Amino acid sequence: MATATRIFSSGIRRREDPRLITGGSKYTDDLKLPGMLHAAMLRSPHAHANILSINTSGASDAPGVVAVFTGQDTQGVLNGLPCAWLVPDSDLKTPEHPPIATDRVRYVGDAVAVVVADSRYHAEDALQHIDVDYEILPAVVNPEAALQDGAPQLHDDVPNNEAFRWVAEGGDVDAAFDSPEVLVSERIVHQRLVPNAMEPRSALAQWTEATGDVTLWSTTQNPHIARFLTSVVTGVGEHKIRVIAPEVGGGFGSKIPYYADEAITVFCSMRLGVPVKWTETRSENFMATIHGRDHVQDVEMAATGDGTITGLRATVYAGMGGYLSTAAPGVPTILHGLMYCGPYNIPAARAEVYGVFSNTTPTDAYRGAGRPEATFLVERMIEKLAGHLDMDPVEIRRKNLVAKFDDGHDIVLGLTYDSGDYEAPLDKALEAVDYAGLRAEQESARAEGRHMGVGVSTYVEICGLGPSQVAGAVGFQGGLWEGATIKVTPTGKVSVAIGSSPHGQGEETTFAQVVADEIGVDVDDVEVLHGDTDNTPMGWGTYGSRTTAVSGAALTLAVRKVKDKARTIAAHLLEAAEEDIEYGDGRFFVRGSPDSAQSIQDIALMANVAWNMPEGMEPGLEAQAFYDPPNFSYPFGAHVAIVDVDADTGHVSLRRYVAVDDCGIQINPMIVEGQVSGGVVQGAGPVLWEGAVYDDDGQLLTGSMLDYGMPRADVVPDIESLSTETPSGHHPLGVKGVGETGTIASTITIYNAVMDALKPFGVEKIDMPLTPQKVWSAINESRG
Amino acid sequence: MSFWSSVRRILIGDESPSEAEQPAPAAAPPPASEPPSHNGKLPVSISINGSEVSDTVEPRLLLVHFIRENASLTGTKIGCDTSQCGLCVVLENGVAVKSCTRLAVQANGAEVTTIEGLGSAGELHPLQEGFWNKHGLQCGYCTPGMIMASKALLDANPDPTPDEIRHGLEGNMCRCTGYTNIVRAVQAAAEEMKKGG
Repeated sequence: MATATRIFSSGIRRREDPRLITGGSKYTDDLKLPGMLHAAMLRSPHAHANILSINTSGASDAPGVVAVFTGQDTQGVLNGLPCAWLVPDSDLKTPEHPPIATDRVRYVGDAVAVVVADSRYHAEDALQHIDVDYEILPAVVNPEAALQDGAPQLHDDVPNNEAFRWVAEGGDVDAAFDSPEVLVSERIVHQRLVPNAMEPRSALAQWTEATGDVTLWSTTQNPHIARFLTSVVTGVGEHKIRVIAPEVGGGFGSKIPYYADEAITVFCSMRLGVPVKWTETRSENFMATIHGRDHVQDVEMAATGDGTITGLRATVYAGMGGYLSTAAPGVPTILHGLMYCGPYNIPAARAEVYGVFSNTTPTDAYRGAGRPEATFLVERMIEKLAGHLDMDPVEIRRKNLVAKFDDGHDIVLGLTYDSGDYEAPLDKALEAVDYAGLRAEQESARAEGRHMGVGVSTYVEICGLGPSQVAGAVGFQGGLWEGATIKVTPTGKVSVAIGSSPHGQGEETTFAQVVADEIGVDVDDVEVLHGDTDNTPMGWGTYGSRTTAVSGAALTLAVRKVKDKARTIAAHLLEAAEEDIEYGDGRFFVRGSPDSAQSIQDIALMANVAWNMPEGMEPGLEAQAFYDPPNFSYPFGAHVAIVDVDADTGHVSLRRYVAVDDCGIQINPMIVEGQVSGGVVQGAGPVLWEGAVYDDDGQLLTGSMLDYGMPRADVVPDIESLSTETPSGHHPLGVKGVGETGTIASTITIYNAVMDALKPFGVEKIDMPLTPQKVWSAINESRG
Repeated sequence: MSFWSSVRRILIGDESPSEAEQPAPAAAPPPASEPPSHNGKLPVSISINGSEVSDTVEPRLLLVHFIRENASLTGTKIGCDTSQCGLCVVLENGVAVKSCTRLAVQANGAEVTTIEGLGSAGELHPLQEGFWNKHGLQCGYCTPGMIMASKALLDANPDPTPDEIRHGLEGNMCRCTGYTNIVRAVQAAAEEMKKGG
């Protein structure tokens, strides 16, 4: 029967876990269908080349091979891969992106052919028997270099490789930079990163000739978008396509885009009439799954002599890779350039962003997506300003932070932050680490020749994407609302379905908590379905820290509809006026008579058998709701990192990390802490170890986990996650979102800490990652 | 097993004694003089979670593929192709091995334990309980390998410090959790196992 326990805001264990900790759950590559064949892709070994000829006969004759297809086979059958974020007023170029290259390859990893065989081993064996005659062309990898006259041209219809130029400006920027009292500037390179979700991408396609149906199991973060784009690329009607995201092993943005591989796998199944599965190797993941970041930023900050910021402007060269991935243009523009004010009162700001093609893997949204790069440049300039004025960087922050507000704050770049109390997390973080004590410790350490550093950042981010009208206005070729359905069975069990598609974030648990509290059933009586376009309502997916904020709101509206109907039925059964019905702990009763109540289970039974319903009311206890948020949400916080630098070796060790995040109301604090810890370490990666490196010919030198430094358990400390709670005023539950906060804040926090440690050497800048070799060299150069 | 010793084995069939971390095979592999059964394939019989799985396989077949394909136990995952990520860790004769870096024929006659053999939803191993209670997983993809590596860690050191846990698991990558709760999960399991033992 109804439970009186309020489960919202409690850190209950995840219901997802029993199937995951016993090995019983199925990810895409775990699936096997009768008669299933295996596909393997032949990928270009050259960054830029013309394809003169392809001879597949050797592969066709290889053991176990059923078919070999090239771009000649898919041309005219598969459409080009669309770019779905057409940022307006930017002269955006969207050159053709064929799923399989036909005449030219533009990055190492571009698909050239596909082999389908009876086993994975045979398919990969056969790849080496395909002869491709390439005419190698000059390549360019650096986005700034690619923009220069004379650089190798990737696309005939894109002069100077300039995919777009986008400008956002607010306030009088020219005046702010017309002889300011203080001017600090920096060239920041936010290097290319490889998302590296632990589960490689995979697709399993099954075409049924008799019905014309296609089922695609896919490692996607957004099955409804995947269905839509499968339809666009293959020409199969959306109603004939079912996309299932089974268990998905992390995404971090890299499983948002629609990739050639999905379309090719569907094509193979349709050609051969049998199910076909493709799973990338990690090496393929490094070259053919999107990368993130890749910014070169020239930044300037203007201020008065007392540390009041008067302006910020930056010119950014953002690498797009060889083609425009699904959402790529929106990342360094809308999700980046509009966030230059951070949590500060900055009266004038300007972002000028060049999106540039280069002979590299396409980039797209990677955890934080544009916001880590924005937070980095704002917070780095604040440190520079503090250094210039010889002020404590915390003092500079306090001087410029926006005062507490709960009903909207307009910034000059056009956004309206929903709610903020930026000093609260800063105070909490500084207290947690004993900031004054740390500075004293630092002083005595320096006296003893040891080098510890303290890094601080205060941030605000934009998430909960977002109002669909805004999405349309900024060129996103979709909506950003979410749908949810709820069904209450005759026995009072609840089944809800959502259009978003969690893959580790735990919404099966947190959404059950929301439903249980809203209508007073036991949390274990609620089932949350997601990830299958056939049994979930339309929704735009899980990314941009939007699932709890947007999908959770849709679910809340749906469950409240059911509750309203239940109230009407209760009034009817209790023979009372509806306005006299009260509700508490899953029971409806007439005001003043709580002993004679109808439980939600009683009402569910009646609604489903419909023996005695209010006049004219439809039977059943089900509802559907759609939520289109009126605004984005703006989580914020303050982080502190403490590092120790060994000046003799250049080795940096991360001693302690304290994160104070305000993601609004928390449904499950345990899950919030987990998101923060993971996000912080993911953001630590680029500071100390991670970076995709290409040579001048466009060869990816960091093409495996041997060469690309991922954070491991022994190189990071426990992440201490604290919080403040400032509700979002416009959200039905007051939640904001927490999936990306850790990553957005931690990169610059740790970077600031290392630079703080290196202050005695006069070192102000080292390009990331801060490897021992680079740190040692910087120290050594400063020593002359 | 090092990269180069695995390359040697694959390329030139070098069966010289391997590194200390290698488990001793329970039964000797078929002598080199024995003719392959057919098409160059070799018979392999491995006890996985107490059930004997026998098949005739190509010598190059990786143990992880034998487990996932031939034995249809997909709890063991594959996350890389350079023996870095640790997703495929299983116990071979009680020793943690990266099963992507072992050939199935090398494990002939061995007893292998995978995540499916550690405990069931109705009867969880303390490590599984620990990961659940401490939120030691998010997407779950690294979890089977992480738990199996933790099992070997606790078998060798029942009372590890957080630092020893971090060093013991440095061969297992996780992109979701930041490791904080994984360390707590292993600590909790160690506590529980001490009580039980």
